[in-house]
Amino acid sequence: MSLTRQDVEKIAHLARLSITDVEMPVYVKSLSSIVDFVAELSKAATDSVEPMAHPLAGQSQRLRADTVTETDLHEKYQANAPSVQAGLYVVPRVIE
Amino acid sequence: MPHNLSIGELAERLARKETSSTELTRHFLARIERLNPPLNAIITLTAEQALAAAGAADRRRAAGESGPLLGIPLIHKDIFCTDGVRTSCGSRMLDNFISPYDATVVARLKSAGAVMLGKANMDEFAMGSSNETSWYGPVRNPWNTAKVPGGSSGGSAAATAARLAPFATGTDTGGSIRQPAALTGVTGVKPTYGRVSRFGIVAFASSLDQAGVFARSAADAAVVLAAMAGFDPLDSTSVDAPVPDYAAALDTPLKGLKIGLLREFFDGLEARNAALIHDAIAVYRSLGAETREVSLPNLPLSVPTYYVVAPAECSSNLSRFDGVRFGHRCAAPKDLMDLYERSRGEGFGAEVKRRIMTGTYVLSAGYFDAYYLKAQKVRRLITDDFRAAFEQVDLLIGPTTPTPAFDIGAKIDDPITMYLNDIYTIGANLAGLPGLSMPCGFVDDLPMGLQLIGPHFAESRLLNAAHRFQLATDWHRRAPRGYQ
Repeated sequence: MSLTRQDVEKIAHLARLSITDVEMPVYVKSLSSIVDFVAELSKAATDSVEPMAHPLAGQSQRLRADTVTETDLHEKYQANAPSVQAGLYVVPRVIE
Repeated sequence: MPHNLSIGELAERLARKETSSTELTRHFLARIERLNPPLNAIITLTAEQALAAAGAADRRRAAGESGPLLGIPLIHKDIFCTDGVRTSCGSRMLDNFISPYDATVVARLKSAGAVMLGKANMDEFAMGSSNETSWYGPVRNPWNTAKVPGGSSGGSAAATAARLAPFATGTDTGGSIRQPAALTGVTGVKPTYGRVSRFGIVAFASSLDQAGVFARSAADAAVVLAAMAGFDPLDSTSVDAPVPDYAAALDTPLKGLKIGLLREFFDGLEARNAALIHDAIAVYRSLGAETREVSLPNLPLSVPTYYVVAPAECSSNLSRFDGVRFGHRCAAPKDLMDLYERSRGEGFGAEVKRRIMTGTYVLSAGYFDAYYLKAQKVRRLITDDFRAAFEQVDLLIGPTTPTPAFDIGAKIDDPITMYLNDIYTIGANLAGLPGLSMPCGFVDDLPMGLQLIGPHFAESRLLNAAHRFQLATDWHRRAPRGYQ
């Protein structure tokens, strides 16, 4: 196994995912096999190669005019929220 | 029967007032009600909205409007946001999400007068090659219901093959249009990255995602793609270039077309599968095309490259699902961390969690250079291989998948085996190239797909080459038994 249970627990926490005790051994095994599989990349000679983040060359971020184009639709958007009060999203207490 | 007619034939009948959009819509809705339950291809039926949209299309036509898609029914993959209609992305996380707006693709097809019948099942968040990772259960292949339809756009593919709609939309991040098109015997087109707007598509891997179409012929796909494609200021990577007249280019003779046989795509391909591809190549030679073998030496690294790049982008994109603003929230969270972790742990399925964790790992401190940066470099090598090949040939040809459809359950427990289904399709996504799959024969009574890959923005050439093949053969006319 290239990843330990402790490794996967740390990754799961970084990813903000709760993983059950039943699921954990499955992920340790499958994530290890994926890490081993992608390790094949280390064989490629890439010393002078520029990393490629985007498939089309020569594109640039467009700017738009600084004008108001959106109207206030918060009620429509917040209709999907699990908990809303007075136009605010409600979460468990953060500041004691 | 209308469900066996092409989009062009349906449009002619509508234009001659031999049928109406309302009549067509009722016909396809009835087919869905009758034939969908065992397939599970459609997870949301929007009958009421469809009949209203059909009525509106009929009124537009009565008022003198015309158009190739005016009044033609379709099915959207449930990854496209549809105003007022659940957009689940095949996930428990979004089971309760009613989209407050339309994706650009949805809006464009709506304004062209196409009528949405419902939304198609899919692998959860488009992560899968078998449509088994959906929260709504697997889709079954109409050619053999013990088999998968492919994925992630498995519902769209199965619905098109079963003639539940004249066409369907899909998205392709690593093969999710071409692979299910191959496994269900339909024509699927994945356009150039940036050709079709990504606005309103639930994001998976933003440097790879691209929307496209499932249809029963290249000619039908050309009509649909023309309506979907084009610049969209709402998508920051949308390309501002005119959309050619795809339909007008369909009949161009292929004499002198240079087609490259991808050597790496034939390594290890089973003899019966390879024979079908060679038969198809012979058809192209008879149509006047010249063929030669080309090699893309870095292509065998495309699957490991993809399984670093795509999970990395997925782990970033899916961080928006936090149980706060929309989507699933766990019951009685004890604090904010518990809310995040349990909402995501419960809302996402096993494969999505696996990809998020893979992506989190390859982006984490200490591993970023060895995995993510390395994969981005290999991505360039693969892209450069394609560029060099397109200096010699106009199109590349090969199989879409290594095998025809496999049994439901056969690969779901082994991620690497599942990932290797996309071995022939991923390269085009990494390089942002357009690709097309169409049926080219049968192995064990299951369809096999022929894949064409072109240079950036060569959709016209792909559709033209596919159309000429379909004029010379009839594989694309075969319908699964029980769905004719």
